[in-house]
Amino acid sequence: MSTVGLNAYLFVAGLLFALGFFGVLLRRNTLVIYMCMELMLNAVNLALVAFSRFNRTMDGNLFVFFIITVAAAEVAVGLAIIVALYRKRRTVQVEELNALSN
Amino acid sequence: MHDFFFYLFSALTVLTALLVVLCPNAVNSAVFMIVSFVGTAALFLLLDAFFLAILQVLVYAGAVMVLFLFIIMLLDVERSSRVRPDVVTVVAASVAVLLLAFGMGYLFLTGHDATAATMAAVPQVPGGANPMEYATASRAFGYGLFTKYMLPFQVAGFLLLVAMVGVIVLSKRLTGSNEAGKPSAQEIRESEVSQS
Repeated sequence: MSTVGLNAYLFVAGLLFALGFFGVLLRRNTLVIYMCMELMLNAVNLALVAFSRFNRTMDGNLFVFFIITVAAAEVAVGLAIIVALYRKRRTVQVEELNALSN
Repeated sequence: MHDFFFYLFSALTVLTALLVVLCPNAVNSAVFMIVSFVGTAALFLLLDAFFLAILQVLVYAGAVMVLFLFIIMLLDVERSSRVRPDVVTVVAASVAVLLLAFGMGYLFLTGHDATAATMAAVPQVPGGANPMEYATASRAFGYGLFTKYMLPFQVAGFLLLVAMVGVIVLSKRLTGSNEAGKPSAQEIRESEVSQS
């Protein structure tokens, strides 16, 4: 049997979440920020599956199913918004999307 | 063997996630993202979640990332994506992530173990909200979705419908107001800039 336990999986999930968080704060391209948000959702999925597996319950796995559904819907709507924004402003850089700041 | 694959795939997933964040090119980021999702799917396999692994590859690595690549290609963002982030952003992001990493390291190194024994000590909730029996077969998924999680399942379906209608409305070209001779907000802004 393996020695890799719940904590190792949770550590990987936390690392992935931290990287996604880093990307959201660091990157200036709206599309890449969006991808990093997907990375964070994915990290949470990994944590939920690990909890579900080591706690011997099915609920975490089913929750991941719903998270994937909501993430897919969110990506579709978000990308449509980004396309609409690009048509209007001809840019996807967050620095240039400052219509509300002054 | 399990250990070896765990270390292999977690290293792959984390490294490609890092490359997603650090690659200046959006297309490279998207491709590394696909690799990262496939790595996560492999971790799901190691956790006996076979159905979720397939779903991860189909939905995330398949549909979602193809959508991303398609939009990147459509918008031609490459010519303006070479903007370097300013120093304040880099410092703030690094500090935030270091704080997060510090908190995580503190939790893991000081022995706050989340073992099965401590988790089983959580009191059972009365009224049918008890956790479901664990099973690796995808049959267990269907059973759970159509019994305990019937309402969220229906809501998820409705959410997909709402998202579909919303995307259609958003991507429709709103030409009505522009063709009537009314300038758009962008044109008003540009004329103001040129006047001042």
